[in-house]
Amino acid sequence: MLLSRDIVCKQAVELASDYLEGALSRRERRRFERHLAGCPHCTEYLRQMRETIRLTGRLVPEDLSPQAQAEFSELYRRWRAELPADET
Amino acid sequence: MLRLASTFVSSRAVAEEVVQDTWLAVVRGIERFEGRSSLRTWLLTILVNRARSAGTREARSVPIADAGPAVDRSRFDSTGHWSSPPEHWVEDAENRLGAAALATLIRGALTDMPERQRAVITLHDVDGLRSDEVCEILSLTPANQRVLLHRGRSHLRQALESALGENG
Repeated sequence: MLLSRDIVCKQAVELASDYLEGALSRRERRRFERHLAGCPHCTEYLRQMRETIRLTGRLVPEDLSPQAQAEFSELYRRWRAELPADET
Repeated sequence: MLRLASTFVSSRAVAEEVVQDTWLAVVRGIERFEGRSSLRTWLLTILVNRARSAGTREARSVPIADAGPAVDRSRFDSTGHWSSPPEHWVEDAENRLGAAALATLIRGALTDMPERQRAVITLHDVDGLRSDEVCEILSLTPANQRVLLHRGRSHLRQALESALGENG
């Protein structure tokens, strides 16, 4: 029987994202870190979460189609032209 | 903006319309902008509202339950410990697949996930907005935002592991 203050792997994986966000309470964070200290699999899981976030962060916006770019340029040009002089 | 709009509507053409529509709304409403939120947050909030109504018009948008465990239950034994632990792939992900293939993989996994998860991941992890900005733009509570972030990241991690793990 586990002590109530301990968490198991199935629970630890549910805390990984909040842990990385700094969103766990102090008590939850201590439980999570204590679990990691004794669990290489969950430590690996957390590394994978970090890597997932890093790789996701490298996605770049897809380029607009040339037609859309032209339309936005025109829209912006008209908007600038319509602004009262004292707001530019 | 186009990417965020694409979260809510199915076609590229409609997404581009939504972005253009947003700029028009911004141009018309700029006097009403009171500076309580950043210009970026305000702009993206307008975009999301426009995209949502366009998505409803397309009758594609359906409410989705975002529940479900981070990792498939079958990978744990009856005591809650790993029976099928995470495979190793972090060190050699880029060497094995290459940056372009990884980006394609992540884009594909983003497309598969429920709309609200995709929107949160796009704003928070791709565009780098703060959690409070994401909450404001998508009208989410902080707790809901964290759950959606957690589910979305879990989905992406699993997609990477499926492609990169030894059994992938």
